[in-house]
Amino acid sequence: MKSLLKLTVTNLRLYLREPITAFFIIGFPVMLVLIFGAIFGNQPSQLLGGRGSMDISMPGYTALILGTVGLLTVTINTSSYREAGILRRFRATPLSPLVYLTADVLSNQLMTLIGMLCMVIIARLLFHTHFEGNALSVLLGVILGGLSMSSLGYVIASLAPTARMAQVVGMVLFYPMMFISGAAYPSELLPASLKRVAEWLPLTYVTRLLRGLWFGGTWSEYRTEALVLVAILAVATLVATRIFRWE
Amino acid sequence: MSTVVSVHQLHKAYGPVKAVDGIEFQVSQGEILGLVGPNGAGKTTTLECIEGLRQPDSGTLRVLGMDPWLAGPALKQRIGVQLQTSALPLRLKVAETLDLFASFYQRSLPALPLLEQLGIADKRDAAFGQLSGGQKQRLFIALALLNDPEVVFLDELTTGLDPQARRAMWDLVLDIRRQGKTVLLTTHYMEEAERLCDRVAIVDHGRIVALDSPAALIRSLSAEKRLIFALPVSAAAPSLTHLPEVSRIERNGDQLIVYGQGDHLINNVVFALDQAGLLTGDLRIEQATLEDVFLALTGRKMRE
Repeated sequence: MKSLLKLTVTNLRLYLREPITAFFIIGFPVMLVLIFGAIFGNQPSQLLGGRGSMDISMPGYTALILGTVGLLTVTINTSSYREAGILRRFRATPLSPLVYLTADVLSNQLMTLIGMLCMVIIARLLFHTHFEGNALSVLLGVILGGLSMSSLGYVIASLAPTARMAQVVGMVLFYPMMFISGAAYPSELLPASLKRVAEWLPLTYVTRLLRGLWFGGTWSEYRTEALVLVAILAVATLVATRIFRWE
Repeated sequence: MSTVVSVHQLHKAYGPVKAVDGIEFQVSQGEILGLVGPNGAGKTTTLECIEGLRQPDSGTLRVLGMDPWLAGPALKQRIGVQLQTSALPLRLKVAETLDLFASFYQRSLPALPLLEQLGIADKRDAAFGQLSGGQKQRLFIALALLNDPEVVFLDELTTGLDPQARRAMWDLVLDIRRQGKTVLLTTHYMEEAERLCDRVAIVDHGRIVALDSPAALIRSLSAEKRLIFALPVSAAAPSLTHLPEVSRIERNGDQLIVYGQGDHLINNVVFALDQAGLLTGDLRIEQATLEDVFLALTGRKMRE
């Protein structure tokens, strides 16, 4: 328990000292809101059911944060810690692998929530966005989405032979997903062929679930999305624990 | 003396390469034992099997009575490990590192005296990435000593350090032993092994080719000593070959080199030169080192 707490606090501290991770987790979401808010504004529109453009984008941006943390931050951190020999150093102590990974997941989730909160507050202040859902329900959705994306990140980090390779694989998976999943660009505007591709992308389900919950939908309405994410989480966790490498 | 580490018929292969091929030895409590040999001899693999970081293909290992691969955290609580290659997050500070690692152990030493002992107390607020090679190495030793371990494993302790830092590191190791701890180290510096180790195991191609105290290993060579004197070029070479200890002499410009063996060699040669009025006070003695022992046992130089 003592080591779990210390490790989590250490991770959070290192995040804040590392400009690149701090940017990905906090700067990136804030930047998204500022740029897209400036471009589209948040005028209520008949087309959007009386909501503004930023209103309907917020859950998608949240999904984007979960994607960057899971597929980029987790992947790059884990594989570069391994490559540098930091994981080896931990392994020579009584620290259990489970505690190490739990602390990593906890600190990532916490940073994600902080990034998301910053984004929501800024959107609210500058563009007067509305939130119509149940906060607890959305929080659970964010945690489920975050865990499932992170579990994929550990799988990529374990499969890739080098940190560079892990980074490339993470990016190759993330960037197309960012646009096709509906997170950064409305999926309604995609051609049929890309819509079919989207059905196979994990981030699509995060986006759909969050969008549903954000506007007051219930978990039972988004059963499929939730089940897909639970399945991804279960399979990826199983695979990651089997193939995770300390060196 | 009780046995702290015992290794019996250890084998470990990486694909077709037999990294460790039947290594056997024991380390007694309070002893410094060194595994010495060139890079790739199998020293690190042996050490990492003993530390429980690698699973042996076959063989019996016991550290403090436990099988290192199966014991897991129970053994790691009681040993200290300095790895040949490892790192810490670049922005993690020295004091934070000790604080974090202390939380992994049931008991740990206070951080500040430990940093003082290692001479890096003034660096406690410096990040790992700002430390010099020697300071990083000291931090890793601090981590290896943090849990007040019974056995300390040091893998290539001084590689990459300048001569001054290396000597300071040697004093540290002797200090660790003075605290009653057992030390198992690897090195490819023969001088380091001679200076630190009570016993040395010379490792080559995954096997131990000799295991004894440095002095005994050197004696076993029964190699000649060389006495080197300064001698004016104009002076006639003294006759020394009548001395039973002297095998031959060599004249090399203003140097006179006397080869020989035996306990009285130096005495008798110096006395004879003094009698002949040729002693200038400029005298150097060279004798066999562990380096020569390695050469004699394997037919190769240590670093090639």
